[in-house]
Amino acid sequence: MSKLTFNTDNCKGCGLCVDACPKKILRLATEKINKKGHHPAEIIDQAACIACASCALMCPDVIITVEK
Amino acid sequence: MSEKVLMKGNEAIAEAAIVAGCRHYFGYPITPQTEIAAYMAKKMPKIGGTFLQAESEIAAINMVYGVSSAGLRVMTSSSSPGVSLKGEGLSYLAGADLPALIVNVQRGGPGLGGIQPSQSDYFQATRGGGHGDYHMIVLAPSSVQEMAELTVKGFELADQYRMTAMILADGTMGQMMEPVALDDLKVAPMPAKPWATTGTGMKRPHNIVNSLFLKPEELEKTNFERYERYAKIQATEARAEEYRMEDAEIAVAAFGIAARVSKNAVDEARKMGIKAGLIRPITLWPFPNEVFRKAAGHVKAMISVELSMGQMIEDVRLASECRVPVTLCNRAGGMIPTPEQVLEAIVAAAKGGC
Amino acid sequence: MIVFQKPKALTDAPFHYCPGCTHGIIHRLVAEVIDELGIEGKTIGIAPVGCSVMAYDYFNCDMIEAAHGRAPAVATGVKRANPENIVFTYQGDGDLASIGMAETVHSAARNENITVIFINNAIYGMTGGQMAPTSLPGQVTQTSPYGRDVKACGYPIRVCEMLSELEGPEYLERVTVNSVANVRKAKKAIKKAFQNQIDGKGFSLIEVISSCPTNWGMTPQAALKWIDEKMIPYYPLGVYKDRSAKKEEEAK
Repeated sequence: MSKLTFNTDNCKGCGLCVDACPKKILRLATEKINKKGHHPAEIIDQAACIACASCALMCPDVIITVEK
Repeated sequence: MSEKVLMKGNEAIAEAAIVAGCRHYFGYPITPQTEIAAYMAKKMPKIGGTFLQAESEIAAINMVYGVSSAGLRVMTSSSSPGVSLKGEGLSYLAGADLPALIVNVQRGGPGLGGIQPSQSDYFQATRGGGHGDYHMIVLAPSSVQEMAELTVKGFELADQYRMTAMILADGTMGQMMEPVALDDLKVAPMPAKPWATTGTGMKRPHNIVNSLFLKPEELEKTNFERYERYAKIQATEARAEEYRMEDAEIAVAAFGIAARVSKNAVDEARKMGIKAGLIRPITLWPFPNEVFRKAAGHVKAMISVELSMGQMIEDVRLASECRVPVTLCNRAGGMIPTPEQVLEAIVAAAKGGC
Repeated sequence: MIVFQKPKALTDAPFHYCPGCTHGIIHRLVAEVIDELGIEGKTIGIAPVGCSVMAYDYFNCDMIEAAHGRAPAVATGVKRANPENIVFTYQGDGDLASIGMAETVHSAARNENITVIFINNAIYGMTGGQMAPTSLPGQVTQTSPYGRDVKACGYPIRVCEMLSELEGPEYLERVTVNSVANVRKAKKAIKKAFQNQIDGKGFSLIEVISSCPTNWGMTPQAALKWIDEKMIPYYPLGVYKDRSAKKEEEAK
């Protein structure tokens, strides 16, 4: 089973991971605000994740860890 | 007795640098110091060192910055217009507390000026040369032997205090040939440099060589700390030669080639019955304030002899606390005062005509 | 099993870059390459002046902050002092292609055995979006408010093409990081540039077409699209020089 972990505190809410995800299972949590004042990225369907790491490859702040 | 060899001042600097353990030289051709580069080009490849003719003075000083960051002894040399170009690098070296030896074999200015000897970079050298609050240790040789000795000393002081040292010579000193006893040069072992960027070896946290401090409190702290070090240098490292000063009534202040000319004039004045003496600063920064302060207690007047429009004279006035009149005896633009001109100034001062 | 995590060659310091700025991706690629080659302990990085001025806080290897544009000269000094070190510079377009052009050209001409990571985002980011030597014709910036007028300020400089005319450099490649596929290609290029240095082959420069959403006045997504639509047509991706490959080809 795949697992994505976000270092949410360091997310700047740029959304590049959201666009990179081939399964379209990431989103910016518009109802949340992190310490930096951004809407952090999160996964909405962990089970659908294929651990391709596309999100992590596009994340400019290196906040995503991908496990399989 | 050690063997003496006949050398040009510029060559003595180059050879002394090698003796001091310098194995990296970067430079750009400019008259009247190119012999240093030529000497290094010949010698360095034979002893496993680096000679590199840089694309500019700016590149050369930044290559120096790189080698110094890596913890090794390194030097560059140039002449006045080239040293202006190095100003940026000198400021960065100061900001990052990096040791290095810089040689300025001065020529007349401003601008492209001329290629004849000058001392008109005194302000530039003793006040730092680039932007920001900082100093360099500035050494002023007055013989070819001293060109060699002060080169070694420069490397040692630079390492000891983690700052740049400059040899402030002039075209005459660079081109002059005199016998030199290189065997007499003694070199202290290089201090450890745990701050150097040589690779962490995965054994320590990373070292950072840097002059950027965006928080003003931090930047202020680095400045205060640096100036504490400068105060220590001012208290311990100032050097001057005093010649016939014991009973002198007229003190001539001169460094480098001007001091040699002045020495002759002092002797001539003595023959005429005028009690003249010479104070020759060997360190221009730190300036030997104490020597001048003491002299001001017993002389009637001071004369600053310079190959410039009068730059050291300001330090002479400050050091003597304006207790005696200080006059200027100078030539500029590549001209050198004659002993007769200096003698005239001494005679005038003795008559109280200043 | 961990498929992806932050490379060890990066410190824990969060990047100060704007949201969506691709500097972070490129930092990470450099760090991944350092990890994979096992060279962190002997690597020295040289940071520039510009947005990545504080790169020294982000890499775990020894770091030096250079004066604006002088990183290749500093790198030359470091490499000549300790040739066993792996030395890289990380420079933006203003640093490398404007104020430091002489240092760039001459270190390439000397085939200095260093690795240069060149970030081309066609703008001065740190100072707030002024015209860069690589700003496109017509590009609106703070100092070209009516669009870059090539009659008045000349044409953008294609660094890889220009350097490829030199005999000196070993490897020149232009890549970008605006998609997953391009990020993978960029990493391959950066790895080659470091490997070349390890193998003693000489000067390798990787130009990375990068985005500046803030100063381009776009969303991060639109900025990546702008790279495809505007930047790459002017700055085509590809290998501009590979001396070793050419030699091998000739040997065949």
